[in-house]
Amino acid sequence: MRKQKDKLYRTLLWGSAFLTVAILVMIVGYIFFKGYRLISFDFIFGDYSPAGGGGIWPMIITTIYTIVISLLIATPIGICAAVYMQEYAKQGRLVNLIRFATESLTGIPSIIYGLFGAVFFVTTLKLGMSIIAASLTLTIIVLPVIIRTTEESLKTVPHSYREGSLALGTTKLQTLYKVILPSAMPGILSGIILSIGRIVGESAAIFLTAGTVAAMPSSIFSSARTLTVHSFLVTQESGDIELASAVGIVLIVIILVLNLSATFISKKLNKADF
Amino acid sequence: MPRQTVEIKKSNKRKYMLEKLSSRLFQFCALLSVISLLLIVGFVFYKGSLPFLVDGYSFFDFLFGVDWVPSEEKFGILPMIVASIYATIGALVIGVPIGLFTAIFLAEIAPKRAAKLISPAVQLLAGIPSVLYGVFGLALIVPFLQNQLNLVKGQSLIAVILVLAIMMLPTIVTVAETAIRAVPKTYREGSLALGASEIETIFKVVVPSAKSGIMAAIVLGLGRAIGETMAVILVAGNSLILPTSLTDSVRPLTTNIALEMGYAFGTHQEMLFATGIVLFSFILILNFVLAKISAKGGK
Repeated sequence: MRKQKDKLYRTLLWGSAFLTVAILVMIVGYIFFKGYRLISFDFIFGDYSPAGGGGIWPMIITTIYTIVISLLIATPIGICAAVYMQEYAKQGRLVNLIRFATESLTGIPSIIYGLFGAVFFVTTLKLGMSIIAASLTLTIIVLPVIIRTTEESLKTVPHSYREGSLALGTTKLQTLYKVILPSAMPGILSGIILSIGRIVGESAAIFLTAGTVAAMPSSIFSSARTLTVHSFLVTQESGDIELASAVGIVLIVIILVLNLSATFISKKLNKADF
Repeated sequence: MPRQTVEIKKSNKRKYMLEKLSSRLFQFCALLSVISLLLIVGFVFYKGSLPFLVDGYSFFDFLFGVDWVPSEEKFGILPMIVASIYATIGALVIGVPIGLFTAIFLAEIAPKRAAKLISPAVQLLAGIPSVLYGVFGLALIVPFLQNQLNLVKGQSLIAVILVLAIMMLPTIVTVAETAIRAVPKTYREGSLALGASEIETIFKVVVPSAKSGIMAAIVLGLGRAIGETMAVILVAGNSLILPTSLTDSVRPLTTNIALEMGYAFGTHQEMLFATGIVLFSFILILNFVLAKISAKGGK
């Protein structure tokens, strides 16, 4: 009886794992199988043509714009916020409030961010449907990620570092940017990489704030579409699964490279001798 | 006073100023997340409550009305609420057991080499843009359902459930696996020493000890399911009927916002914000309930 039950559970465990792997392999496999024929130099670096057969260079540029702008804003703010929480603040109501806010921001679905961005950045601040409006929305989305990872890596910097530096007569600020931040760098970097992944994968919030114009953006104030939005729209509008999958391959490769570099950095981090 | 001392005093003064200034700046940056949250909640709730507070629409009719015809000023979202709830529960029923069992497998009984290969692969899939799950769903799951069940249209509630269940898997597996791995080895050894079998140890000792982490995995997965938009648009069919069967074409809350926000204005737009409030409330309730459960588990 007991042996039979054990056997049943064992089968279920193996079966579930097999199913998960099979489904996931199928998804990636299907996207590669459907899209690989379209991948070429011209596809990646060619300009978009509405008639079909064009490339996705404008979407790649738009995606890069959103990554760079949101990180330029979110990284310094996020690092400063984490420094405040870990190095300056006394535990208490204020810190709890900030922590609560950061955690709540993580749980808000991206469509709500999109709604907010559409009324605040696009309409109230009169930025219009634009790359900048989308990037500002994305800034709020990735801010909690950067704060959390920076805080975690600040925690791993040993106290003796701070004490040693302060004992040499440095100010708190000098200790911070000459001793603490450099030691926390790998953790901060992996937070930035995570954020890039989040921005690349985001679609609903960008859809509502950057619009859908399929052309090379002339400035950060023009409406444009990112890779994910492009993949969505060609599927929805024309059912062009092949094109959507080809864009999907580009996206998967970007995520893969990001993951590998994150693993590489965290390995370095573990090797670092604290 | 000698000149040197004066200079040192001056430079010290500047240092103190800088110290004070920078600590203020850091505090302000930290407060920005509170400000962002207040702005988001404020704007969505303000915009969404206008039709009810100013224009005299009934909130009851909004929640329980079954007709959504913006051109005729009819705004009822009951079908969307029902669709969202059905889709989330359905995904939960399918995704959670498979995800948990996979996590247990990876953490406890998988051969080391297999676990080393599968875990990073699952992590990669957690990062894949959700749109691609929608593309996959539309290209493969929808036609499959259409043929197997002889439907006029394969885009249906069941298609949404399947896509969401698949999308939850990587999140649930990675978070739950970490939680299970964190259970101390001594627990397992103690249980085995008492004569329990490996399977008994896993289900009666290890899994209960990892309960709060497993709960967190489920919350994250659910959050992803209820908030998902673009993948769902592709496979839901987006009809405005009250779903009565798994094969009905549905329009969940998120989809309604994304589909109409592009051209909506005035009351219509404000009603989309009201839809956002309802979605927001679902997320809040979900987090609250599960926080309660995991707090109990922690005791």
